[in-house]
Amino acid sequence: MTRYIVRRLLWGALLLVLVSALTFVLFRVLPTGDPARLRAGRSASPKVIAAIRVDLGLNRSLPEQFWLYMKGIFLHFNLGYSYYSSASVRSLIADRLPATISLTLGAAAIWLAAGLAVGIVSAVRRRSKLDRAAMGTALVLISAPEYWLGLIALYLFATDIGRLRILPGAGSYVGLTSDPGKWLTSLILPWLVLAATNAAVYARLIRGSLIEVMGEDYIRTARAKGLSERRVVLRHGLRSAINPVMTILGLDIGVLLGGAVLVETVFEIPGIGRLNYDAITHSDFPIVQGTVLVAALFIIVANIVVDVAYAYMDPRVRVS
Amino acid sequence: MSDEPLLRVEDLRVEFPTEDGVVHALDGVSYELRAGATLGIVGESGSGKTVLSLTTMGLTRGLRARISGSIGLEGRDLLALSERQMQAVRGNDIAMIFQDPMSSLHPLFRIGDQLAEAVRAHRKASRGEARARAVALLEMAALPDPERQALSYPHELSGGMRQRAMIAMALANEPKLLIADEPTTALDVTVQAQILALLSRLQRELGMAMVIITHDLAVVAEVAQEIAVMYAGRIVESAPAGQIFSQPEHPYTWGLLQSIPTLEGSRSERLVPIAGAPPSLIDRPSGCHFHPRCPYAKPDHARIDPPLEAVVGEPGHRVACLLAADERRRIWTGMR
Repeated sequence: MTRYIVRRLLWGALLLVLVSALTFVLFRVLPTGDPARLRAGRSASPKVIAAIRVDLGLNRSLPEQFWLYMKGIFLHFNLGYSYYSSASVRSLIADRLPATISLTLGAAAIWLAAGLAVGIVSAVRRRSKLDRAAMGTALVLISAPEYWLGLIALYLFATDIGRLRILPGAGSYVGLTSDPGKWLTSLILPWLVLAATNAAVYARLIRGSLIEVMGEDYIRTARAKGLSERRVVLRHGLRSAINPVMTILGLDIGVLLGGAVLVETVFEIPGIGRLNYDAITHSDFPIVQGTVLVAALFIIVANIVVDVAYAYMDPRVRVS
Repeated sequence: MSDEPLLRVEDLRVEFPTEDGVVHALDGVSYELRAGATLGIVGESGSGKTVLSLTTMGLTRGLRARISGSIGLEGRDLLALSERQMQAVRGNDIAMIFQDPMSSLHPLFRIGDQLAEAVRAHRKASRGEARARAVALLEMAALPDPERQALSYPHELSGGMRQRAMIAMALANEPKLLIADEPTTALDVTVQAQILALLSRLQRELGMAMVIITHDLAVVAEVAQEIAVMYAGRIVESAPAGQIFSQPEHPYTWGLLQSIPTLEGSRSERLVPIAGAPPSLIDRPSGCHFHPRCPYAKPDHARIDPPLEAVVGEPGHRVACLLAADERRRIWTGMR
């Protein structure tokens, strides 16, 4: 098991190097605009641009630039500096990370709970009216774009523009440490919006998985023991049905930690996604590069965590 | 009370409405089983033998089945019990083991935990007590190194060991009746004999009654005192085991017997398969359900539905066949 984990970590590190190289190619080699010119602003003199060029190391050869870039990332965790504010990308990302983590984990808890409840009831009462209604609603939610749901939620419930002014709307985010109460209320709408689509996906997933498991021979054995149907479903059925769901949950969380761009943008939450969105609109490539790398890091880590967790959850995987 | 059988199944009918039509899985099945006795139920797949055992366990209830008749366990009609009352019977008064021991054990729980759960489903026991009982049960089922096996997962055990674990689990609460549905079909031949011997020994030790369901007459030859032959959802012949082998009365039973290889038979002797395939339980043949496959069928057998009747001169022997008794005897004698 330890060897397996070490091997996965090494592969993860290699993957990260490859992603770094790829972002270098994307932003330095391909024609994406001259960083020095972008940084110098409009109507800068050629002399200033040349000075910036030296400053950014752009006067060196490409391989040399690549070496310095990789060394910066992996030895000093230096992701570069914003073209606009000159702030270090690392600290920008670190500042934005708590908001993204709050948003992602809160939403994940909600969608998992909702998905489980609806999925289990739908699976147990398959083809009932309740099941049909739940799965119909799920289909609508899956089809609804997040930003549209977000705007509807703001229009209905936000304290500034809503019809029923009950919850703080866009731009109300406050850090957990500065005011836990406000942090909680400001995140309720974004959580629900981000959770809605996923809850629908998870409900369908859990329903399908549980229905399949409930047809297994060992479920019949559990019933033959004289266990209550509740215990048969919740312990024997769900224990097997939950495994594939956990795999996807890990990956989904990994992806969202790299920035829930749409929801963060609609609700003006200062997270990684919002940072990335702003950087793209301003061609602030070091930030884009940094956020891409962080997103890749989260996805790689999530993959490893999921695989290791899977081995713990299914003894059959452990052997092979 | 002494002449009251442990299990009395009367006119049991189970129908499953499906999109293609009504499946008549069981059509008026009646049998009795005394405490401590063994009944072998033999039939091809699709003869209704598994539905019979699952219905006895109350496990066909949730499947939108239409069930009528009665299943009396010590005089109590199981079909009249609520689901909650039936839960108290399952795994406690009646236990069951299944064909495929790999898929019948939960792959993600340890063997010992699965056994302990069966113990705790019906009696008050602490976790530790239940676990100790699980190890004792595994030992009783002659599983080597029971302490260690209790901690292993099903995939770490061989097929025979898994079936031993299943048997141990079924016996957790010392049931009065054990239903074994094709207990050896998925196992190697050498392991089959061991499992059958184990079942017989445990039956004697615990004094429980047993129903062994199989498609293979040879399996029940050794262990069952009574044998019932099922065809298309009905019992077509039932008799003490000896009589089924020495003086079978139903052409279908003849077919089953002739498809068993014997050691005495010469190598050139061919096994005789039963012609045709088991009938659809949705659209069953008219009259005697076996007539399309019966080499001795007469024209009016497609019209008349034979009742299960006592065979004259042979106590305990019943058969549902339209052939005359002396004709049947003549054919069977000629076959041997």
